[in-house]
Amino acid sequence: MSEFVFKGRLWVLKDDKGNLIEDIDTDQIYHNAYLHITDISEMGRYALGNLEGWKDFPSKAKPGDIIAAGRNFGAGSSRQQAVDCFAALKISLIMAPSFGAIYFRNAVNSGFPVLKCAELEALAEKEHIKTGDRVEIDIRIGKARNTSTGETFQVEPLSSVQRQIYEAGGLFAFAQSMEER
Amino acid sequence: MGYTVIEKIIQRHTQQEVRPGHIVWMILDVRSARDFGGPNVVKNFQKEYGDKPVADRKKTFFTFDLSVPACSLKYADSQQICREFARRKGIKVYDVNEGIGSHVLIERGHAASGSTVVGTDSHMNILGAVGSFGQGMGDVDITFAFKTGKTWFEVPETVKVILKGEFNAPSSAKDLTLFILSKLGTREAALKAVEFYGEPVKELSLAGRITLCSMVTEMAGIVGFVPEANDRFLKEIQDLSGVEYRPLTADPDARYAEEIEIDVSGLTPKAAAPFQPTNVKDVKDLSHVSIDSGFIGSCTNGRTEDMKAAADVLKGRKVKQGVILKIVPATRRVYSEILKQGILDDLFESGAVVSNPGCGGCAEGHIGLTGEGETQISTANRNFAGKQGKGNNYLASPRVVAASCVLGRIASPEDL
Repeated sequence: MSEFVFKGRLWVLKDDKGNLIEDIDTDQIYHNAYLHITDISEMGRYALGNLEGWKDFPSKAKPGDIIAAGRNFGAGSSRQQAVDCFAALKISLIMAPSFGAIYFRNAVNSGFPVLKCAELEALAEKEHIKTGDRVEIDIRIGKARNTSTGETFQVEPLSSVQRQIYEAGGLFAFAQSMEER
Repeated sequence: MGYTVIEKIIQRHTQQEVRPGHIVWMILDVRSARDFGGPNVVKNFQKEYGDKPVADRKKTFFTFDLSVPACSLKYADSQQICREFARRKGIKVYDVNEGIGSHVLIERGHAASGSTVVGTDSHMNILGAVGSFGQGMGDVDITFAFKTGKTWFEVPETVKVILKGEFNAPSSAKDLTLFILSKLGTREAALKAVEFYGEPVKELSLAGRITLCSMVTEMAGIVGFVPEANDRFLKEIQDLSGVEYRPLTADPDARYAEEIEIDVSGLTPKAAAPFQPTNVKDVKDLSHVSIDSGFIGSCTNGRTEDMKAAADVLKGRKVKQGVILKIVPATRRVYSEILKQGILDDLFESGAVVSNPGCGGCAEGHIGLTGEGETQISTANRNFAGKQGKGNNYLASPRVVAASCVLGRIASPEDL
């Protein structure tokens, strides 16, 4: 059974001036120096390894953690590793105002939840969400709650294709289930 | 209600109704993988599908362009993994001698107008330059495409960009592209298709269209098209690819998310400063920036016309002592053309390093990497922090890169 309600500790990707970082590209998420790696379990240690201020993320992240990022998260290259590195760390989901197109697809195909959240910039700016807060998100209906502060907010729930692929456990499993139908 | 260009192409490749926001299953005419992503595709395929064949080996390709020939043992392994898989499945490999995959697909007639093409290259949408819906995808998508010949796709909205005015040398398609990028940023075209109209783009050659369409990726767009074409372009693309080019036009009543007008009159040479391609400035305002190196090439500016533009600046001149100019032709065909037309000679005599064809340093390939503290001016398409090493990268046209390498500072050919 796929999980739909996630509770986890939040990481808000801000720069040293306290602003939510926009346009984080796939080289900042997973640098091209490690593209030759094909084993997902080896990818976690390089997550955000080229993002100023966040290079020690892999040593701090814990399974079940949730990431909030600025708009156009995952701009740039088509590398699947930029999604898989978070899966390797067992990050449960990523939310951002928008994602790079290829990045978003890659995440959907991997069965890794990526959720658009229009109000994320305002939430981060007003510190209604902060690193270390605990949040609870139901990805079927897009209802989110910061359990540390009681603040509630909305994220876009999974689209139909996204949900089908997620429920199947990824694109390959989904294709398999289509053939069997 | 009529269709935009992208909607027409998708509609020809699906049974489902095509409207922006609809998610459809789309037939793919060509699917490809590079030496980057390719080994992951092979690994996925073997895990998921074992000894089963690919959907259609005639429509499936490997193109090696990143580390060519392999500059590390890892890439040597990666390429050999792909070669052996390709032999078993009967798939054609455009190997390390051929050049940038997306360009090779154009030259070999695999990216016909109106076709759908995917590959493990985020600049695969460059194929919009020849009216093909190219799309970069990750290795899971490409594995699935190899096996089924299909993909799911959310039909994007389309933005219409109408360009007005005219511009002259030394400004080029790259300056035009950087100017448009400075206007659209990463928001206006985000997750949308773009159609470019107006005299400034109608007159663009294939190389110029490639430059413009390649950087739709940096605009965060899905793909860009230039529906209007002159006879010179039609002849150029047909002679190059050997396949008939049928211009694709949008219906008169097609619906656009937005129409944006941009006046390009008096366009001056531009450069994108570190660390965002949208951080575009006038070259004349960067004349204080001294450079250590230059790079001419990449999928954005690696055609013969780009090499000639640089050679015309460099002919009879020398790259400044202490500056290294690195040049990488896009493909073997480009290499052959610059060799036969004497362009290579002009580049070589200026003191430049000219390598075999390929991507260059964009994804840590051979040529174009920077060391800490190094400032490079490059014709490539991205200058993200740390991407090509720890140095600073400025993005500009071949002419500006050539002039800058002669003077040792960021400069326009007019400064020579």
